[in-house]
Amino acid sequence: MSLPRFVDVVVIGGGAVGAACAYFAARSGLSVAVVERGAVASGTSSACEGNILVSDKEAGPELALAQYSQILWRGDLAEFGHLWEFEAKGGLVVSARPGTQGNLARLAERQRAAGIAVEMVAADALPDLEPELNPNMAGGAYYSQDAQVQPMLAAAHLLRLARELGATVHTQTTVTGFLLRGDAVTGVVTSGGTVSAAAVVNAAGTWGGAVAQLAGVNVPVLPRKGYVMVTEPLPVKVRHKVYAAEYVDNVASSDARLQTSPVVEGTRGGTILIGSSRERVGFDKAVDPLVLAAMAGKAIGLFPFLAGAKALRSYFGFRPYCPDHLPVIGPDPRAPGLWHACGHEGAGIGLSVGTGALIAAALTGADPALDLAPFAPERFDTPAAQEAAHA
Amino acid sequence: METEAASAGVFDVAVVGAGPAGLAAAVHAGDCGLSVVLIDAGQQPGGQFWRHRDEKVHGAGTQRPGGAKRISGAGGIPGYAGPAEAAAAAEGAGHHDWKTFAGLRSRLYAHEAAGRVSYLRGTQLWLVEPPASDGTRVLQLSPVLDAPASGSADEAAVAPAPASVRADRLVLCAGGYDRQLPAPGWDLPGVMAAGGVQALLKGSGAVPGGTGVVGGTGPFLLPVAAGLAGAGVKVAAVCEANSPTGWLRNLRGAVRAPEKVPEGVEYAAVLARHRIPYRIRSAVTEIHGTDRVEAATISRLAPDGSVVPGSGRRVPCDFVALGWGFTPLLELVLAVGAATSLDVDGSLVAVVDNRLNSSVPGVSVAGESTGIGGAAMAVVEGELAALCAGDALGTGSPELDLRIARLQRERARLHAFAVAMHKANPVPARWTEWLTPETIVCRCEEASYGDLCAAHRDLGADDARSLKSYARPGMGWCQGRVCGFATASIAAVLAGRGPTAEDLAAMSKRTLAAPVSLGRLAALADAGGAATHGAAAEGP
Repeated sequence: MSLPRFVDVVVIGGGAVGAACAYFAARSGLSVAVVERGAVASGTSSACEGNILVSDKEAGPELALAQYSQILWRGDLAEFGHLWEFEAKGGLVVSARPGTQGNLARLAERQRAAGIAVEMVAADALPDLEPELNPNMAGGAYYSQDAQVQPMLAAAHLLRLARELGATVHTQTTVTGFLLRGDAVTGVVTSGGTVSAAAVVNAAGTWGGAVAQLAGVNVPVLPRKGYVMVTEPLPVKVRHKVYAAEYVDNVASSDARLQTSPVVEGTRGGTILIGSSRERVGFDKAVDPLVLAAMAGKAIGLFPFLAGAKALRSYFGFRPYCPDHLPVIGPDPRAPGLWHACGHEGAGIGLSVGTGALIAAALTGADPALDLAPFAPERFDTPAAQEAAHA
Repeated sequence: METEAASAGVFDVAVVGAGPAGLAAAVHAGDCGLSVVLIDAGQQPGGQFWRHRDEKVHGAGTQRPGGAKRISGAGGIPGYAGPAEAAAAAEGAGHHDWKTFAGLRSRLYAHEAAGRVSYLRGTQLWLVEPPASDGTRVLQLSPVLDAPASGSADEAAVAPAPASVRADRLVLCAGGYDRQLPAPGWDLPGVMAAGGVQALLKGSGAVPGGTGVVGGTGPFLLPVAAGLAGAGVKVAAVCEANSPTGWLRNLRGAVRAPEKVPEGVEYAAVLARHRIPYRIRSAVTEIHGTDRVEAATISRLAPDGSVVPGSGRRVPCDFVALGWGFTPLLELVLAVGAATSLDVDGSLVAVVDNRLNSSVPGVSVAGESTGIGGAAMAVVEGELAALCAGDALGTGSPELDLRIARLQRERARLHAFAVAMHKANPVPARWTEWLTPETIVCRCEEASYGDLCAAHRDLGADDARSLKSYARPGMGWCQGRVCGFATASIAAVLAGRGPTAEDLAAMSKRTLAAPVSLGRLAALADAGGAATHGAAAEGP
């Protein structure tokens, strides 16, 4: 399909976030064209677990966005849930030591104050939730709101719904530059031609920084590599998303070195997904077997039966990471006409729909459901932020 | 038993696979004086092509070191338990180039006894680690069966394979397997790959049923039908999708491999003797039955590969053997990051130079992985890869150069023949037309043709990777080995283009070359992992 010459909104990126932006913008009555350099969901959206989590977030703007997204996944979009295999599986965070359980209880307290449903689970009650769990755990916390979708299907169906509302989707189309009038962005130049647009939304995920660069603005999105392993299909032995409390610390950390923390969950197909690893090694595509080994060891620590389960395959992706661990959402005052919806790190699938709805609201001049200030694109330009980014 | 080579810790060459290519590579590398480790999933050498009955029960022309002697009388199948010569003749019954195999095998066992080749049976390579600073690579191994099937004294005598080995050079000879095309009903019990039927016959003398239909394309259908007939099975029909006049047209290639011509004549005689109908330009387009195969529909194909409407004829049978040629096992080639390309037969193959070097330094590829060419070519390539490895490791000589040049010419001749055969026996261009929406494409994940079409129609999937993401073909236990070619072809047809190497690679690529238990994987971090990992952690 050839590119339209003019649309209200060009969305750059056909991952989960771009698809959600396109869907909500089209639903708001805007004409939309999505340009994606590869296939739909061929970036980080295809290399993740499809998490929709509240449990791993501190009270604050990201948690508020997660809660808003929850409302959309379970409300507005509930009728499509089966299409992307929405599963309200619930999350169980477990602590190996009493001290960790104390920290977890305090985190839960702050989350509860922010409106999250969380119940502390005593050690002796853990087997009721997860019979196969390592019995030497000090306790845990159960989050009934944690859910999961099949991320590629979520992106593909959101784009299909957008197309039904008139949007066009152009895969294998690479953005090579912007149409500019002074600092203002008035469209995109792509490998398939140019499109003029009132607004251009940068939803290029981990590559969002490079796209922003084309317009001459700084959005410091960095890759944070992570692996996922998949086992052979097994009879259901893991009922929830189960992870160790240290995961929360690792998510929030900015350490460039390798960190692994066990995340284990079953899927409908019977396979078990095993995470997680975090390392900042650029876009290094080499597979490090020792990272897989470390993940396997920690997963066995949570569920001893996994020692005998066979890993069938593994994959890795690059989370779009910003130095303050918050996504970049909203208009860019440095390049009027350019909007950003990227940098969601490991939470992009869950946060995609909230992000899309906020962007669509702001584009149409409606009041967004959340204050966009914490996600402002220009926030990294302050001297303090730049210092933090280099630390 | 610790061999001399193994005790040195680092092998000059690791050969993966003990089929025609790997066997030749290991033997000739041993002849060159290199220390060799031969890693193979089977319990005895020969691979799929020279699959034969259990040597421990039926004997092996030459006794294998440390192994059991041929058991005579009790327990043996009549005809396989006679004097050594008779046993040797019977062992090779139904095989081609058995003498070649028997010769290589005895040389392998001699090398093994002398400690020049460390032969790891029943072992799979699940991970090739990145090269260390000295260029050597660690290969992570695991037993094919986690627990030994029986605890006989003989098996206890065989030392377990090490969990890993280190080698300077890698020769990948993983071989090929049956290329399969789905058809309605192909998931019924009683439908087998032609190669699987052949393996059953060669490996245990078993037959899959009483009346069968053999379908697909290529000369391989003939020995399968002849083997079945020889074993007393009624072959109701052999369906060849192409026309043997195609072979005639490519005769120029065929006459350059004259040994193949009498082979074909021999099979034609067997078919005639058993009155087996040989139907050209026809295919098994549907298989019927409730719990297992009861009949097959044979349809005529037009020259463009489409089904001639109304030509379907139902033939009662209790099994169907389908053979659409072979395709290489490329997991290891892709896992080490070697370049691949689309071959003339539509298979993804490793790109190699005329010394069989892949695009990755220190890794060469021989046999079917460089392009399906048959056992004779695989043996030549195995030898060539071994001599070139020897040359690279400093055993070069003018005489070696001459041998390499001779093997390169022989390989070129056999390659020309293989290309001619591939061109004469293409997969019918319009085979997807015999699928129904209900036809299962991926048996592991039960993804149907209708599911794939919906992923294309509704979600815009126009490549294999997207089809896999949305409809799950290739995500199950076999990781796309069975449905990879079919899914790549379907993606191409749906998108209105030809299949690409990218489509096929998307269905074959994986980080773990074989399934491995998490316990074994976790042990990597404990055993010697710290040193290499320290280096990795120093990165940016």
